[in-house]
This record gives sequence, C-alpha cells and structure tokens, in this order.
Amino acid sequence: METDTHHSKADADAAVSLRGITKIYESGVAALGPFDLDVRRGEFVSLLGPSGCGKSTALRIIAGLMAQTSGEVCVVAQASVNPVRQSIGFVFQEPTLMPWASVRDNVGLPLQLARMSRDEANAKINQVLSQVDLSEFAEVYPRELSGGMKMRVSLARALVTDPEILLMDEPFAALDEITRFRLNNDLLDLWRKLRKTVIFVTHSVFESVYLSERVVVMTQRPGRIGEEFQINAPLTRSEDFRTSAEYAAQCRNVSVALARASGERPGR
Amino acid sequence: MSGGHDTKPNGASARGRLERRLQLVLPVAVLVAGIAIWYLIVRTNELPPYILPGPGAVFATLIEDWPILWQSLAVTLTTTLQGFLAAAIGGVALALLFSRSRWLEYSLFPYAVVLQVTPVIAIAPLLLIYLPQQLAVVACAWIVAFFPVLSNTMLGLNSVDRNLAGLFKLYRASGFQTLRYLRLPAALPYILGGLRIAGGLSLIGAVVAEIAAGAAGAGSGLAYRIAESGYRLNIPRMFAALLLLSIAGIVIYALLALASHLMLRRWHESALGKD
Ligand SMILES: Nc1ncnc2c1ncn2[C@@H]1O[C@H](COP(=O)(O)OP(=O)(O)OP(=O)(O)O)[C@@H](O)[C@H]1O
Ligand SMILES: [Mg+2]
Repeated sequence: METDTHHSKADADAAVSLRGITKIYESGVAALGPFDLDVRRGEFVSLLGPSGCGKSTALRIIAGLMAQTSGEVCVVAQASVNPVRQSIGFVFQEPTLMPWASVRDNVGLPLQLARMSRDEANAKINQVLSQVDLSEFAEVYPRELSGGMKMRVSLARALVTDPEILLMDEPFAALDEITRFRLNNDLLDLWRKLRKTVIFVTHSVFESVYLSERVVVMTQRPGRIGEEFQINAPLTRSEDFRTSAEYAAQCRNVSVALARASGERPGR
Repeated sequence: MSGGHDTKPNGASARGRLERRLQLVLPVAVLVAGIAIWYLIVRTNELPPYILPGPGAVFATLIEDWPILWQSLAVTLTTTLQGFLAAAIGGVALALLFSRSRWLEYSLFPYAVVLQVTPVIAIAPLLLIYLPQQLAVVACAWIVAFFPVLSNTMLGLNSVDRNLAGLFKLYRASGFQTLRYLRLPAALPYILGGLRIAGGLSLIGAVVAEIAAGAAGAGSGLAYRIAESGYRLNIPRMFAALLLLSIAGIVIYALLALASHLMLRRWHESALGKD
C-alpha cells in the first residue's frame, strides 16, 4: 500500500482525488473500497485489476454516473475554460453508439445536448473525426462500421467536448491485437498532443504498461489499491518500446503484483 | 467487395431472388388451390348458393353489389382508422405518462389490463347504450387496439441501453432531451410493432362493434352487411363482404409493415438484409 508518490504535495495540480470511496450495491455486493486515488492533471493512469474487482464501479463513480456509498470524490476541472461546460469524457467498454443516428450525429451528441449551433458543432465534429481518422464515414450508420471503427467513433464522441479528463473503461478489450495496438498508438498520440488527464481501465498488463505513466493495481473485490508502479518509458512510445527489455521487465513486475493482488483474497 | 469471386455473389443473389419470388408465388398458389377446391366442392355436390355459393357467384355478387358494399367498406374503414388513431395516440401517450409517474402507472395499468382481457363483444352493447353510436363503435375499436401499443411502448421506453442512458446523464441532458433523443428512438421499433398489431385489432374491434350495433337496428358497415345478409339468406353477399373485410385487413397490415420498414430500414436489425 505504501507508495512514495512525489505528486501528493501538489494538491492544486490534482485532477481527480478519491478519498475512502466505498460502494455497496443494493444487492449487498461490496464492490469497492475503501479506495483512494489521486490523479494529477495531464497524467495517464491505468487501473489494472482482476475481473469484478470494481474498476468499472470506480470509473462510474468518478464520472458521477453512480453515487458512492461513502467517501469523497473530488473532480477538479476548469469548467469555465470549456465552452460546452463538459469536463469529463467517458469511453465505455462497448462502443455504446445510437444505432439510429449517423456517425456525425453520434459524435455530435454532447454538443447537441449542450444546444450548440449546428455550424459550430459541425466544425468540431469534423475536427475530431479527422483526429480519429473517420472523416469519410461521417454520414454512415454505426452498423456499417467495424468494431474498431465504432470504438474510434466512441472515442471521438468523448473528445468532441474537449474534456479535461478522459475516463476509459476497457475501451479496446473486445478488439483484435493489431487493431488494439493501432488504437493504443492513436490514443498515445492524442494524449501527447492534447494533454488530457486519462484514467484508463484495463485488465491487460501489457496495455497498461505500454500506455500509462502510472499503473495502479487493484485487489480482488472489494477493490482497493494494491500496488502502484511508475512506468519509466520515453514519452514518445512506439512499437520499439513494446519489444524493449525495459518494457518486458516492467510488465513482469506489474504481472507479479497483479497476481499477488488477485491471490490476496481467494474465492469470493 | 466486388471482383475476385465472380460466381459466388451472383449465386447468392440469385438464391435471394428465388426466395423472394417464392415468397410471392407460394401464397398465391395456395389461394388458387383453395379456390379450385372450393369450386370443385360446390360443383360436384351441386350445392345451392344459399348453402355455399361458388367462387364465381361470390365474385359476381361483389361486382353487382359493389355500390352497397363499397359504401359499407368505407364506413367500416373510417371507424377502423379512427379507432386505430385513437389507439396509437392514446397508447403512446399513456405509456409516456406512465414513464413519468410510477404512481400513475401503478394506479391505472391494472385497469388497462382489465380492459384488454374483457371480451369487447360484452362491452359493446353497454357502450352503445351510453354513447352516441359512432363514438361507441370507435371506442370499441380503441379498446381492442390500444393495449398492444401501450405495453409495447412501455417496454420500448424501458429498454434503453444503460450506458447510453449514462452518457445522457454525463452530458446533463434534460428530461425532454433524453426522451426525444434517446428513449423515443430506442422505443420506436417496439412502438411500430405495437402499431402493426393494433391495425388488425382495430378492424376486429370495429367489426365486433358494428355487429353489436347492427343487432340494435342501426349502422351500415361491412359487418352490419354480413349480419343483414345472413338474416336474408343472401349468402353470396355475405361471402363477398367477408372477402372485402379480409382484404382490408391484409392491406392495413401491409401498409403498416411497409411504414415500419421504411422508418427502420436505416438502422434496425429487423429491417436489414440478411448479410
Ligand atoms: N449494478 C450492479 N448491481 C449489483 N452488483 C453489481 C452491479 N454492477 C457490478 N456489480 C458487482 O460489483 C462488482 C464489481 O463490478 P465492476 O463492474 O465494477 O467490476 P470490474 O472490475 O469492472 O470487472 P470487469 O473487469 O469484469 O469489467 C462485481 O462483483 C459485480 O458483480
Ligand atoms: Mg468493467
């Protein structure tokens, strides 16, 4: 549990801070906590943990989609800077697109809900669509897209409001490896360019090490912080990093921690 | 997509075309066979028209009595349409009200079920006593038809993807926005399914009410014609009227199915091709 995080001093720099969060579902399942997490502004953090340990629960609580049972959630974002007043973008495990709406309308949904004018919205939509490489598919319906393309639409929708904080719940889990690697790199590119705060949930050790600056390993349900790892890697990661000894070593460390975290409370 | 496999796509589309053709040809073949058997039965047993008229006689009556039958058809269709519109608007509106207020749902939904399970033929005479005749007949059509619209719309409004709903919450959508952009579109396939059932049912409701009204000595719809022809032993006309009713039912269903297909074809699984 002990972590010597060198950023805890800078509270003004915090984007998300969770204090003693617990969640007990109506069914009586204790899903989470007590759970503490501090995420710096602009940081890329991965939440890694065994299935059912409460990762999605934590993310939904941060996003305000669900209330915690106890504890304090503090999400700091400069809402006033943002014209749409939306500080959080959320990418679900499934693409979660509206099948009755075109790609353009799906991506533009947050703007439409904020009652932005059509022209202004279209400009923004076109911009994010080109960011995720889907410009030609603006008028297409979701069913005509592949799984990876749908995920990119979902990512574009999360980016269209230019949120400060991006919450991603195993966004690439259902994709094949090649597509996942590509989207990993796309995401890193975007993160470098836009400097969002990203909280990325995954149960892939490799993905978490490849993407993030910090990996937080969670324990079995009810999920708590197990261990944390600062990832030492070049800011501009590429496929080279994937094959480096450095990468392999860090993956091994995280792997071991994950196994420890999973084994701590065997059974259910 | 094209190129490469020259024969396979062609073969597949040829099979598709064959299937579509079969879909048309087979029911027609059954119809023709049915008429032929009917004809043969009448012919070999030398049945008189007041017991069982042959297809020829029915067809001749249809043409001969067309002015009367057409007038009656128009009356019945008007009633059906009014009942259907009332059911569509009433069913959807009620479902929307229920979705806004649990209290209202708990208080009223059981009575919607009661209305649904009570045979309309038993209610019709009462309605005819308390309401003006046309209103009573439309009310019967409504009673029979509104329930599928109501229950389907309720189901549809509640079958919104949980994560999509979360997304709307995240972006602070108002109640109206969530209804307009999420719940109604998500419910649309269900609503259209309900309407497709309601179309046929409102015809049945109208016919039942007309028969009840006809017994009370008034009315001029197709059902009334059937009852009247029955009393007068004008069996060919009875058959002709029955034929018109069936055709009306089929046309109503086909129109609603077409409308539903056109509204859903861009996105819903039910309206997509097989590949
Ligand atoms: N709506 C709910 N009602 C009751 N229990 C729930 C609900 N959602 C999740 N749970 C329970 O809470 C626990 C944590 O669920 P959660 O979805 O947060 O896990 P997770 O870490 O995201 O798992 P995965 O990696 O499989 O997605 C699980 O044991 C699950 O059974
Ligand atoms: Mg999850």
